[in-house]
Amino acid sequence: MDPSDGAVIKTAGLSKSFRGFTAVDRVDLTVADGDVHALVGPNGAGKTTLFNLLTGFLKPSAGQIMLGGRDITGSSPERIARLGVARSFQITNLFEQLTLQQHVELALMGTTKLGHRFWVSDRVLTKFRARAGELLDEVGLVRQREVPAGTLAYGQKRALELALALALDPAVLLLDEPTAGMGMEDVERTVELVRRIRTDRTVVLVEHNMSVVAGLADRVTVLQFGQILTEGTYDEVRSDPRVIEAYLGGESAA
Amino acid sequence: MTALVFRKLAAMPRLWRLVAVLGGLLIALALPWLIYPPIAMDIVAWALFAVALDLLLGFTGLLSFGHAAFWGSAAYTAGTIAIETGAPFPVAVLGAAVVAMVLAVPIALLAVRRTGIYFAMVTLAFAQMVYYVANQWRGLTGGENGLQGIPKNLFGLDLSDPFYFYYAGLPIALIGLLIAWRVVHSPFGRVLVAIRENPARSRSLGYPVDRYKVMVFVISAGLSGLAGGLYAVSHGFASLQEVYWTTSGKVVIMTVLGGIGTLWGSMIGAAVIVQVEDYLATSGIHIGPVNITGPGLITGLIFVGVVLLFRRGVWGTVAHLLRRRRHVPDAEPHLSGTTVPAAEQEPAVAPKS
Repeated sequence: MDPSDGAVIKTAGLSKSFRGFTAVDRVDLTVADGDVHALVGPNGAGKTTLFNLLTGFLKPSAGQIMLGGRDITGSSPERIARLGVARSFQITNLFEQLTLQQHVELALMGTTKLGHRFWVSDRVLTKFRARAGELLDEVGLVRQREVPAGTLAYGQKRALELALALALDPAVLLLDEPTAGMGMEDVERTVELVRRIRTDRTVVLVEHNMSVVAGLADRVTVLQFGQILTEGTYDEVRSDPRVIEAYLGGESAA
Repeated sequence: MTALVFRKLAAMPRLWRLVAVLGGLLIALALPWLIYPPIAMDIVAWALFAVALDLLLGFTGLLSFGHAAFWGSAAYTAGTIAIETGAPFPVAVLGAAVVAMVLAVPIALLAVRRTGIYFAMVTLAFAQMVYYVANQWRGLTGGENGLQGIPKNLFGLDLSDPFYFYYAGLPIALIGLLIAWRVVHSPFGRVLVAIRENPARSRSLGYPVDRYKVMVFVISAGLSGLAGGLYAVSHGFASLQEVYWTTSGKVVIMTVLGGIGTLWGSMIGAAVIVQVEDYLATSGIHIGPVNITGPGLITGLIFVGVVLLFRRGVWGTVAHLLRRRRHVPDAEPHLSGTTVPAAEQEPAVAPKS
């Protein structure tokens, strides 16, 4: 991406207000190429709003978003997705009636031009079958591939979210609380998976589970009241007195 | 033994589909022998119209309450072409479909900016505008008198007998149904179902949802135009009724009655409603001079009854029961018989932080 500073995502003065309430307040965030970058902070700190700004689901009130040297401020979600930014959602956000297989096929098809072809048979989608199986296998869902997503348990839905994001083969992967609602075993599997897939991409992660952050993140940005409180490595951040006061208090003292 | 054979047969959806298609085709071919031929043609035209609407309602989750605009403008266009140029009637019908599609482009571009009930209201508003224009533009539409004397030309063949016209018109409707079937079972159709289920998620997978909606809207309008043109030629006239809002409502009722998201359901719904209305128009129960079983009342009651008892519609319920027997989950997008389109639930990304 931009060779000058190695930043994949760079925001400048990024702000979002909802009727006077400023959810994201003049955020200058730089995500370096190849990093796993965690966003942490108490509830209401603006993490998900920031995600929605980065992926085009919300239009910024002010500021700029650069993706690899390209200005994507105000671009539509589908355009940002096609530029190689995939996201998983915090609130599970799936196609309840479609099977897992169909989910992943849709995601794989999203990177092609096939979707507009209303004159060919959907049997062309069988070419995605093998890849879809691999992706479902990676997140441990291959046995449920013919099951409608609506019937999955919560943790499994989170895993499917991950498979969908991966199917887009994105340069930048935004994961909004990927381990929320998962059991210990699935958390470990997810951490392992992120570690495996990070080799050729940049990952931005919203996460409450501090052991996940500690195990994965190269950089940690702490948000509070929509602003960046501090930024650094996990160890730097956790020893910052402001952070301890704002957020990590209990855990750090333990 | 027979039970085993039956179970094996039941587990072959391809075979079932083939049986259904052949059966449907057979019924379509036999229809004018079984019922009054003009009514048979009505059923076929309305079936195509209902299927066209189902592309939006059942497969994309968009309720259009203004499809009379396309059916009606196509009726006038087909009539005008046939009267003014003396062209073979399939040419007139095709021209009508093209005009309906052209008309659909600006309407779609504006309507897809809204979802749910607001989408329905925008389409209704546009249809009312078309009605108003049709009512005022007497030179073209004949106003309240309608457009009369539409000829059934086809290379000098005598098609004045509705029985023969049926077989001349049926292929046009079948081509329309084939197009609808192809659209539903295409990669494009898969994306439509995804949009129905979750528009926001579809966008994050890289699909420009609004563009897809415009595309399917225009396709739907084209098929509605094919149906409306055929209907007008079959009757030999086009009236204001064709662009009136009750026509939009009638096609919605047919689709919902049969079961949305199932192409078969729309056809069954059309057949039922056309038959019932024909029966009630000619007989019915009278109190003094008043026919208390006027078409609106009885079809309305049937509609309410079906919606209350079978929320998937007639065909949707049958398909659901068949699948239950075969232990197939209700997830097949083209048979999914969802209840109400999830269009209202657009932004799953509420401003939460």
